[in-house]
Amino acid sequence: MAAPCPQPISPLVGEMPGRAEGGIPAPASRKLPPMRAFATLLDRLVLTPSRNGKLKLLADYFRDTPDPDRGYGLAAIAGTLDLKSVKPALLRELVLERMDEVLFRYSYDYVGDLAETIALVWDQERKERVADDDQPRLGAVVARMNALGRTEVRGAVRDLLDRLDPSARFAFLKLATGGLRIGVSARLAKQALADFSGRDVTEIETLWHGLQPPYEPLFAWLEGRAERPVLATPAIFHSVMLANPVGEGDLDALDPGDFAAEWKWDGIRVQLSSSGATRRLYSRSGDDISAAFPDVLEAIDFEGVVDGELLVGGTARMNSPTRTFSDLQQRLNRKTVNARMLEEYPAFVRAYDMLFDGEADIRPAPFLERRARLADVIGKAPHDRFDLSPLVPFESWEALDSLRRAPPDPVIEGVMIKRRDSAYQAGRMKGPWFKWKRDPYNIDAVMMYAQRGHGKRSSYYSDFTFGVWTEGPDGDVLVPVGKAYFGFTDAELEVLDRYVRNNTTERFGPVRAVRAEPGYGFVLEVAFEGINRSTRHKSGVAMRFPRIARLRQDKLPADADRLETLMAMVEAKES
Amino acid sequence: MKPDQLLRPAPAGLYCPAGDFYIDPIRPVGRALITHGHSDHARAGHGAVLATRETLDIMAIRYGEDFCGSMQAASFGERIDLAGVTVSFHPAGHVLGSAQIAVEKDGMRIVASGDYKRGADPTCTPYEPVPCDIFITEATFGLPVFHHPEPKAEMGKLLTSLRQFPERSHLLGAYSLGKAQRVIRLLRDCGYDAPVYIHGSLAHLCDYYVSRGIDLGDLRPATIEKSSPADFRGAVIVGPPSAFADRWARRFNEPLVAFASGWMMVRQRAKQGGVELPLVISDHCDWPELTETIRELAPQEVWVTHGREEALVRWCELAGIPARPLHLVGYEDEGD
Repeated sequence: MAAPCPQPISPLVGEMPGRAEGGIPAPASRKLPPMRAFATLLDRLVLTPSRNGKLKLLADYFRDTPDPDRGYGLAAIAGTLDLKSVKPALLRELVLERMDEVLFRYSYDYVGDLAETIALVWDQERKERVADDDQPRLGAVVARMNALGRTEVRGAVRDLLDRLDPSARFAFLKLATGGLRIGVSARLAKQALADFSGRDVTEIETLWHGLQPPYEPLFAWLEGRAERPVLATPAIFHSVMLANPVGEGDLDALDPGDFAAEWKWDGIRVQLSSSGATRRLYSRSGDDISAAFPDVLEAIDFEGVVDGELLVGGTARMNSPTRTFSDLQQRLNRKTVNARMLEEYPAFVRAYDMLFDGEADIRPAPFLERRARLADVIGKAPHDRFDLSPLVPFESWEALDSLRRAPPDPVIEGVMIKRRDSAYQAGRMKGPWFKWKRDPYNIDAVMMYAQRGHGKRSSYYSDFTFGVWTEGPDGDVLVPVGKAYFGFTDAELEVLDRYVRNNTTERFGPVRAVRAEPGYGFVLEVAFEGINRSTRHKSGVAMRFPRIARLRQDKLPADADRLETLMAMVEAKES
Repeated sequence: MKPDQLLRPAPAGLYCPAGDFYIDPIRPVGRALITHGHSDHARAGHGAVLATRETLDIMAIRYGEDFCGSMQAASFGERIDLAGVTVSFHPAGHVLGSAQIAVEKDGMRIVASGDYKRGADPTCTPYEPVPCDIFITEATFGLPVFHHPEPKAEMGKLLTSLRQFPERSHLLGAYSLGKAQRVIRLLRDCGYDAPVYIHGSLAHLCDYYVSRGIDLGDLRPATIEKSSPADFRGAVIVGPPSAFADRWARRFNEPLVAFASGWMMVRQRAKQGGVELPLVISDHCDWPELTETIRELAPQEVWVTHGREEALVRWCELAGIPARPLHLVGYEDEGD
């Protein structure tokens, strides 16, 4: 069935310069069926660069789409949608049940994105399209997926793919595989709700974390059909303020006198919320992790909202050491906690900031004023569960730089720099707060293999396997130690890609081996955040977050680092 | 007669040794048969050219009246003898004047389809299946990912955007021969009767389409001197996509770039091209149309040229139809 042609109807727009003769014909029905409307919205958002354009598209979607579909659409965009996840491997199996593997591979290589490839090839030679009215609605898709037992997933996904059109299929697959990237923040979605309703965005922010998809009471209030929703818990999560990393030259123009510094602790950022009998501990993304930390919750003897770092060990006031992140990990991702864990890994909060002092919203107050109130509250709170993150005095950026490089405690991962007068604003604003981490590890390695990227980079060799020298039976050989696919600029990617194409020695499917000899090859300076022993890697080491820091065309592969250097890094860390 | 005595790939293009002529040669030859007017198929400088009336006219518009030594117009279905080889032209449904060329001798018939499509297009004569022993098909969109949607539904997206963003000038990218006229006609068929502004490079070809009875409605030049952005608020401007990156585009009000092409099916292609509103409107066959055409014609053999040759050859193998890629070079799908 063909989609209906938009029928000419009376003009919707009035006189406009240059086009007074006629209006824009409206489609027979302005409202798209819900799944199509959502899929169309995603397609448009991805390609619309302007913020105002995105707001308009979102606001129109919220206006024209019925409940509960728009609420689920909102949740998908804001990252609050809970949908039973589908593994890419299952999707591959489903598509290969119906199509030739070679044809699928050609298609995937061309498109570069698994969900998109499957959405597009699902119909294969079939021309007929799913009629709009027969497509399941977004709300129905979510409800069905979340009601499935483990053995029912395969059949249900296959059925849904059959019943959706290609664009809706793509949206569904992106949701189900958790790979939705549309360049829209939760904050922007809330702004669109404000635009569409005329309400203030801060009012929506305040309610946000107390509500659940599909947000029907929220929409009812926004449309003036109901009272403002009453939150079940007053101790709700408030979006946290985040810092930008210090970039090259960022600090040059700034006066150190306008800023305060404090240590950046290597725990997890949390928000403590206490109102009446209700106490909550939230992760920085708003997940409620209260159940796993009764030791902290029970110790709260104040009212308000505090921002801090969750750590294990003893507080500074107890004069006992802060323990490492791997100790903290023992307590994370648990639904409950037993007495032994509570004793062996006692948790506490090192406070950074205060959002509410009792009922008073102090977020607009300057940082130092908020901190003074925080110091008061924490000073009276139980000594074993709360302490105040100390300020780090410094005279100049150079002095702070030295402090950052050699912090007094191993659980410090750098410094935070905060404008003395900064208000507490949700999100990651450039300017008021910076984070300045300890330098990552650095080595010089040799490019060994390259693979073509996906998506935007599908025409470039952009994934690089690199190695360092080690002694082999017949002299030095390169052993691969990691893989990196970011860190370089677009211009550097051109250089890397050209090297790969001109120096390929062997091909294995999408992978190319490149020339890498002591006197000829490409040296890459690789930066990484950490290094550990690994039995799964031939080299015996595994890097955390490796990235290409610099192209070292000035160096020969013979000058690159040796495996012994990496082993020494592991040992230094362990001792 | 062996097939490769009738037609075979040669450096200049598809060559017929028996009749000593080329089909869509990429460099100047003595005698050329041209399927349609896109510049990768129709080039200037040949000795004698045989093509449909429209294709000859379009070549004259693009290259000047003296684009070849001598020309002959072929009507659809007319059988023409070239040194004992019978050739005939049949509608391909690609752009105005586009034809498939059937080449026949001693009971062997090969059809070189050029570029073709099966979907409805009021700006040209629809494709007609021509039974043959060997069918030469294009494979521009020869991957199972390509499914061209209903063109009017795609155009509906532009109309929706005009309503959502009434202040923005909508720049609709479309190649100057065929696609541009087709999208303008589509706009009219969807009920849009406001003036459509066109880039200067489209003017002659649009005039020609109109002279052949294809009504494009009120067309106005988008290149008026002294125009200000406010003149183009909410207007539709059709032009070649290359012009949109040019200073030319600065005269418009908050331009919103749309692009009508089969390539717009793949999201990354749209994103890389800076296209805000991709419209999947193609003058080529999509995957279902390619495979359906091969099934319908049931030729003894299929030769696949320009595009995703390997996938379509693979499909033919799976369907039990002998097929091979021709590896012709020089065809860059200007028309999509």
